[in-house]
Amino acid sequence: MTGDLIQFALMGKYIGAGLATIGLGGAGIGVGTIAGNFLSGALRNPSAAPGQMANLFVGIAFAEALGIFSFLIALLLMFAV
Amino acid sequence: MADEAGGLVIDPMHQFQIHPLFGEGPLMWYTPTNQTLWLGIAVVVISLLMLIGSAPRQVIPGRTQSITELLYSFIHDMVEEVTGHEGAKFFPYLMVLFTFIVTSNLLGLLPGSFAPTSHIAVTAVLAVMVFFTVTLVGFYKKGIGFLGMFWVSSAPLVLRPILALIELISYFVRPLSHSIRLGGNIMAGHAVIKVFAGFAGVMGIASVVPIAAIAAIYGLELLVAVVQAYVFTILTCVYLRDAVGEAHH
Repeated sequence: MTGDLIQFALMGKYIGAGLATIGLGGAGIGVGTIAGNFLSGALRNPSAAPGQMANLFVGIAFAEALGIFSFLIALLLMFAV
Repeated sequence: MADEAGGLVIDPMHQFQIHPLFGEGPLMWYTPTNQTLWLGIAVVVISLLMLIGSAPRQVIPGRTQSITELLYSFIHDMVEEVTGHEGAKFFPYLMVLFTFIVTSNLLGLLPGSFAPTSHIAVTAVLAVMVFFTVTLVGFYKKGIGFLGMFWVSSAPLVLRPILALIELISYFVRPLSHSIRLGGNIMAGHAVIKVFAGFAGVMGIASVVPIAAIAAIYGLELLVAVVQAYVFTILTCVYLRDAVGEAHH
């Protein structure tokens, strides 16, 4: 009986880890949006582009961070639970 | 983990374990561990880079001096541009943050080494230090007016309490996101490399494909190491600008 429960818990753990990686799609979309907007703006006004590189990296980091959070949950579920 | 469902046994989390350097005793606060070793190596590397680089004091710098001068001017320009003229006095703290994080990240990429910044313990200490610094400096410079940062004066009056609450919550989430961004990026990168290495171990002749993937991800990890250090520092600059800078929101 307890063996069955442990198997169910393991199944839940692995399925949860797989579901958690869905959040990384959002990270890809977010980073792509920011980088795409930066590129379209930089191609219209190339002289102003280097001044905004800092904002580009800050924006990319913010968008990527949330995706990394979900990847962290997936890794923790797989190997540390 | 090794005795569960058979097949591929990949344990990418074993590389993050902290164990003592000498013997297998209990981990007290004074035990030299692999983490303290690599933290010490990072400090030694930075010190050597800065000292050897600034030893020849030529007006037109040679090659070694150029490295140190480029690093110095890169951080100095960034701090002055983002934090403003008043915040330029925080330059030593930000220089230490950037060089320490970038050296720890890059040293963690050496084969067989240990990345100190992959542990939430290390990055949380850095982020909490930043949080306390920003809060204390804000209160010191502006007094109670520091709380005016949460009072959005460009919004309608009815929305201001709700916005103040949201701003307050996001202010306290800052150290959490700050630390997890750095720690999670480094830990995730190393874990992915280890997972691909596990694939390469069992695939025999076709292991060329995982090894090429490892090389690609290794390049990405080099970029992530530098970019994450830069992002940590520039976010600290932005928080300091909020605390030190203009009185209006």
